Amino acid sequence: MRYPFWRAGVFIAAAIWPLFWFYQAFADLLGPDPGKVLVDRLGLGTLVFLLITLSMTPLQKLTGWAGWIAVRRQVGLWCFAYVVLHLFSYMAFILGFDWSQLGVELRKRPYIIVGTLGFLGLLALAVTSNRYSQRRLGVRWKKLHRVVYVILGLGLLHMLWIVRADLKEWAIYAFIGAVLLLLRVPTVARRIPRLLAKKQVLQ
Amino acid sequence: MLIKIPKASDCHESDVTPESIYLSRRQLLGATAAGIAVSSLPRWASAEDAARYADVEPGKAPAWFAEKLRSTKWGAVNVKDEAITPYKDATHYNNFYEFGTDKGDPAANAGSLKTEPWSVVVDGEVVKPGRYALEDFMKPYQLEERIYRLRCVEAWSMVIPWIGFPISALLKQVEPTSNAKYIRFETLQDPKSMPGQRSGFALIDWPYVEGLRLDEAMNPLAILAVGMYGRELPNQNGAPLRLVVPWKYGFKSVKSIVRISLVSEQPKTTWQSIAADEYGFYANVNPTVDHPRWTQARERRLPNSLFKPNVRDTQMFNGYSDEVASLYTGLDLRKNY
Repeated sequence: MRYPFWRAGVFIAAAIWPLFWFYQAFADLLGPDPGKVLVDRLGLGTLVFLLITLSMTPLQKLTGWAGWIAVRRQVGLWCFAYVVLHLFSYMAFILGFDWSQLGVELRKRPYIIVGTLGFLGLLALAVTSNRYSQRRLGVRWKKLHRVVYVILGLGLLHMLWIVRADLKEWAIYAFIGAVLLLLRVPTVARRIPRLLAKKQVLQ
Repeated sequence: MLIKIPKASDCHESDVTPESIYLSRRQLLGATAAGIAVSSLPRWASAEDAARYADVEPGKAPAWFAEKLRSTKWGAVNVKDEAITPYKDATHYNNFYEFGTDKGDPAANAGSLKTEPWSVVVDGEVVKPGRYALEDFMKPYQLEERIYRLRCVEAWSMVIPWIGFPISALLKQVEPTSNAKYIRFETLQDPKSMPGQRSGFALIDWPYVEGLRLDEAMNPLAILAVGMYGRELPNQNGAPLRLVVPWKYGFKSVKSIVRISLVSEQPKTTWQSIAADEYGFYANVNPTVDHPRWTQARERRLPNSLFKPNVRDTQMFNGYSDEVASLYTGLDLRKNY
C-alpha cells in the first residue's frame, strides 16, 4: 500500500472529531442540550467531508501528487460514517427512538425528506466503494458515483432549509461546493494548471 | 486467644465518618467553599437575593434596581413540581440574534451592550406618550417574582424565575386611547454593539419587533421583566427590560426594549415577516399545530443529558390554559397559529 503514513494520518484526523465531540457530550461540556449540538456538528461534518472528498481530484490535478487520490475513497467513507452518526444521533437524541414520529417526519418535513435522499445516495456509494463492485459494475460504476454531485445539492438544500435567520455560513459552504462543481465542467477541468511536480513526472 | 492492642495511630470506630456525610462530601465541600467565596466578596455583590438560587453570577445592579428589589414579592407565581433551570443554562443557551445565531453567542458577545443609561419611548395611541429614562419609567411599579415555564418554538423549554411587573400596570399609567387595539415592542437597534445586526447575510430586517393584542397584554400573566434569579437581567437575556409572555413561544418575548407603541393595526412582527407560514402573530404554545419543520407535540426540557433525555409532552398554552384560554374563544387556532 502506498503512502501508509499519509493514509493513517488522514484516518486519525477524521476519526478524532466524533470521538472528541462524544467525549465532550459525556463530560457535560456541550451545554444544556448536548444531543442537539451533536446532531448539528455531525451534520456539518458530513457536508465538510463531502466537500473534502470532492476536492481530492482537483487537488491532484493542481499538484500532480497521487496522494490525494490515494485517500479519496477513505475520505468519502468518512463522509458516510459521519452521516450514519448524524442519523443515529437524530434518532436517539431528537426523536428518542420514536419510530412512529420518524414516519411522520419523513412524510411531512421537506428538509428531512431531502436529507434522507442524500443519505440513501451516500449509502449506495459507500456500499459500492469496494474493488469488487468496481469490477462488477464496470463502466456503470463511474456513472453511479456521479450521483455524488446530486448528493452535494441535496445536502446543501437540507442545510438551507434548516437555516433560520442568517445565511452566511451556508453561503460559504455553497460557494465552495459551486467552485468544486465548476472545476469539473470539461472546458474548465482541461484548463486546470499543474502547479507542482511537473519535473518528477517527466523523469 | 487473640488480643488486639490498638496502636495509638489506629482509627477508632467513633472516628468513622457517617456514610451519609461521606456520600455528601462534595456538597459539604462545595457549600463550605461557596461560603468562603461569598464572604470574601465585596459588599455590593453579597446581596442576599442573588443567593436565592445556586451559582448565580453577581451582577452590578443599577441603584434603582437594588432599591426596588428589597420590596419584591418573591414567588408571586410559581410552577408545581418542576425544577428551575440552572442559572448557567438559562444564561448560556440563548436566542438573541442581535448577538449571533449560535446559542452561545449572546453570552459571549452581549457584554458590549450598554444598558446604562437606557431610555424607553412610549408612543402611539396613548394619552401620556413620552420618552423616559429607565429609572423613571420603572418608578411606579412593584416588582414581583414570576416563575414561568419558557417554551421555545424550537421545541426546547426551561423554567425561569423572572422579576418584573404586569404590563397592565404600565397601561394604567400611560392610558391607551380607544383606538389602541395592539401593543408593539421594539428592540434596540445598534449595530455598533450588536454584531448580528452587522451581518450582511441576516434575513432579519432590524430592529426586532413583536406585538400583542391589547387584551393579551392586559392578562395578568404578561409581564415586563427587569430581572431573573434574584438579580437584574444579564445582557444576554434581554437587559435591561424585556417582555415575558409565558403561554406563547419564546420569540414573542422581545428583549432589550427601547420602544413601546400602542397601535390600532396588528403590527408587522419580525418572524412573521420572514416566514409567515412558520411563525404566526399569535404564536401560542400549541402541541396540536406543528411547526412546518418539526413537531410541537413534545419538548426537550433543558438541561437535557445524552442518555437520560428530558423529553416531555408540550401542554396547551404551555400549561396556562386556565388563565388565558378564554382570550381565544371562537378563534381558529389552526389558522391563527
